[in-house]
Amino acid sequence: MSDTLHIDWTKCDGRGLCTELLPALLARDDWGYPVSRRSRSGNRTDVPIGADSLDAAADAVRLCPRLALSLVGERTSRRA
Amino acid sequence: MDEAMWAFGRVSGFISLALFTATVLLGILTRSGRPLIALPRFSVTLLHRNFALLASVFLGLHVGSLLLDSYAKLNPIDVLVPFLGSYRPFWQGLGTVALDLVLAIVITGLLRHRIGQRTFKAVHWLSYAMWPIALAHAIGNGTDGTGKWFLILAAASVAAVGGAGAWRLSATFLETSKARQGGMP
Ligand code: HEM
Ligand code: SF4
Repeated sequence: MSDTLHIDWTKCDGRGLCTELLPALLARDDWGYPVSRRSRSGNRTDVPIGADSLDAAADAVRLCPRLALSLVGERTSRRA
Repeated sequence: MDEAMWAFGRVSGFISLALFTATVLLGILTRSGRPLIALPRFSVTLLHRNFALLASVFLGLHVGSLLLDSYAKLNPIDVLVPFLGSYRPFWQGLGTVALDLVLAIVITGLLRHRIGQRTFKAVHWLSYAMWPIALAHAIGNGTDGTGKWFLILAAASVAAVGGAGAWRLSATFLETSKARQGGMP
């Protein structure tokens, strides 16, 4: 479970594509920005991604209109 | 054979322009961050990209068939360098400019992740120049360009793109505009 979805807040504009693709992991705040549903530590920037969500997360990285997302982790680097 | 190429060149140009019109509208919708009725936001983006690619294919067919047609007297150089053509050089040149812009927009669109958001967006703004140039080319150069039906359709697309452009500039364009303007949602 070491993959994380990294959100670059200098780029994200809260367009909500990632929250559509990862509804179980991400909610939207009142301004449209993604919030991790599971994060315990209040870390909004690095969202842990389970194996079952990896494809959807990769789609979100590909489709984010602001190129604000990146996947960081072991499995990801092997797939790339 | 020539007749067929000529006819095909006209039809494919028309289809390409219609698809580019839809592409611009979908691009603006993508920028707004709004879904389209039942279509989620990621589908709107994908649709925008796919319409752009399909429109480019028809643009390729349009230029390719007219290159093969002896009546259009198109030289290979006219495909990329504007205003040199023998037939209505100004209006045909606008078509060449539009093609050059499409190449730039589509190539940078596909390489978005490689070149970064800033470069992608800088080139992508050219879309707003490309569309009216392509439309002017169709009206000024096309055999049917000044025909009644074509002009009615052209007026309708100008209204649609103009309306979308005005919406793009309005204060409530973004899905989240209200919340971000300070009023608690
Ligand atoms: C492979 C091709 C293309 C891709 C991947 C692509 C991708 C995108 C993306 C991701 C956006 C959103 C940008 C943002 O939110 O800041 C966008 C916006 C837009 N696109 Fe494209 N696009 C492509 C081709 C085209 C073409 C050919 C046109 C013109 C005919 C076009 C017209 C537009 C317009 C008008 C916008 C709105 C720009 C704005 O007002 O900020 N796109 N496109
Ligand atoms: S898709 Fe990109 S811009 Fe939109 S909310 Fe997610 S990270 Fe932000």
